[in-house]
Amino acid sequence: MVSQIRLRSSLLMAPALAWLTALMVVPCALVLALAFFRRGIYGGIEYTFTLENFGLVFDPLYAGIFLNSARIAGTATLIAVVIGYAAAYAIAAAPRRLQPVFLFFAVLPFWSNYLIRTYAWIVLLNREGLITQLLRWFGYTGEPPSMLYTEGAVIAGLVYNYLPFVILACYAPLSRLNPELAEASRDLGASAMTTFRRVILPLTVPGIAAGAVFVFVLSIGNFVTPALLGGGRFQMIGNLVYDQFLTANDWPFGAALAMALIAIMLLVLTAQALAADRAAGRAAEAKGGADG
Amino acid sequence: MAERSPATRRTLWLVLSLVFAFLYIPIAVLVALSFNQGGLPTVWSGFSLKWYASLVGNAAILSAALNTLIVALVSTAIATLLGTLLAIGVEIRRQYGSGLEALIFAPMIIPDIVLAIALLSFFSLLDFTLGLHTIILAHVVFNLAFVCSVVRARLKSFDWSIVEASADLGASALTTFRRVTLPVILPAVVAGALLAFTLSVDEFIIAFFTSGAGRASTTLPMQIYSMIRFGITPEINALATIVMAVSITALTLSQRLNRGVIGQ
Repeated sequence: MVSQIRLRSSLLMAPALAWLTALMVVPCALVLALAFFRRGIYGGIEYTFTLENFGLVFDPLYAGIFLNSARIAGTATLIAVVIGYAAAYAIAAAPRRLQPVFLFFAVLPFWSNYLIRTYAWIVLLNREGLITQLLRWFGYTGEPPSMLYTEGAVIAGLVYNYLPFVILACYAPLSRLNPELAEASRDLGASAMTTFRRVILPLTVPGIAAGAVFVFVLSIGNFVTPALLGGGRFQMIGNLVYDQFLTANDWPFGAALAMALIAIMLLVLTAQALAADRAAGRAAEAKGGADG
Repeated sequence: MAERSPATRRTLWLVLSLVFAFLYIPIAVLVALSFNQGGLPTVWSGFSLKWYASLVGNAAILSAALNTLIVALVSTAIATLLGTLLAIGVEIRRQYGSGLEALIFAPMIIPDIVLAIALLSFFSLLDFTLGLHTIILAHVVFNLAFVCSVVRARLKSFDWSIVEASADLGASALTTFRRVTLPVILPAVVAGALLAFTLSVDEFIIAFFTSGAGRASTTLPMQIYSMIRFGITPEINALATIVMAVSITALTLSQRLNRGVIGQ
């Protein structure tokens, strides 16, 4: 009976797993392999083993782009977490029946096309955009400010695009928070600020971490936002990979860059998983201590 | 929650208003400007539907829209079938290997740009001609993972003993599936399909890399991207408004179906 279930299960899974293997695992393995080959003189690939491509990743020029991407992604993550947490907190504090409505409308923009959400910021930030017009309306007569094609524009675009996910991730632990905990803290004489810092914030860290990891991982590998809002002047890893494949025609180096990107992602995800495990362990310990 | 002072409540409402303003003003401006009469894409000069009319006459946009529809429909159909079977296969086993979990989870988190170059390298190594069919092959990869996760969520609360009961009463495996399992998971399957359809309609980077050169296999997001690169026009505002309306409708529907599932 058990083996029959296993057989049936395998048959059901086979087509999908075959598809994923042929069109994801094999191509990704191919990219990994590609990273160890040399670029041919006329583009193309020369099949001799080399570690040059990975060396090049650490070349100051490219390492600088990695650091730049990490800085931009980090800034966007920080801003998105601060705004997203405040929004989630306000939603969790709203009347119960309104909470699902607020949550729905907070996530709704996330469901529209990414390109279009990014384009909306071009409309806002361009030299004759809404912000310039507002400034004029307030009596500003000077040159229109240049806001588009700046690092600030890229960060604004990333925050805008990924904010709904942070709100969702932070809302989950905030809505499950036992209100009696905050009350107890206040009754024992803690100020609102102390209660937030010592009681509410620590209990909602898992949500913050999940939201932050999501924003960081998606931002650091982003290609569309820097291309459209940075005007190609602010190279991030995604743009660099794109260039190697479609412009510079150095596929082996592009492959090495992509692998470095995956390595960074896995590092961040592993760190988060470890931190979550430790937090869960601590919580269980505290609970055990309280029970004992 | 604990009683709050009026000042705190005002601050919380202010935070909510500001966040919603931040989320909706960019979209609202875009939608409003799509009904703008003048040719300047960002300065309001009166109501008009002419940019919507001019979309209908734009052959490049129409062909891109048709391509997108083909890719989305075919990849959704394949992904819904494979993803649902996968979900059932994983759940009847009820013991999950972490390797299997990672394989199913990977398409949802792998950066688009990495999957895009991986598939481009793969197809070019095999000397595949690129076109709509290669975009479809690629879109099924992430679509089936999303369908699978939606259907699995539904199957978590599924009572497998009714399947055994059906078998004990002499129903064939196929009849059991059709009469017992399918009706239970159908809302989740439809929700997953709608999600997959929207993801495919909106997907840009992977399509861009796997479509090959030439206009014949340009999809709508690729068309929008090249229009944006060229400059902002009132036409993009109108097109963006339509695309946004379609994806938000499809996903709201998907969400509703899923909520119905949870509510049962």
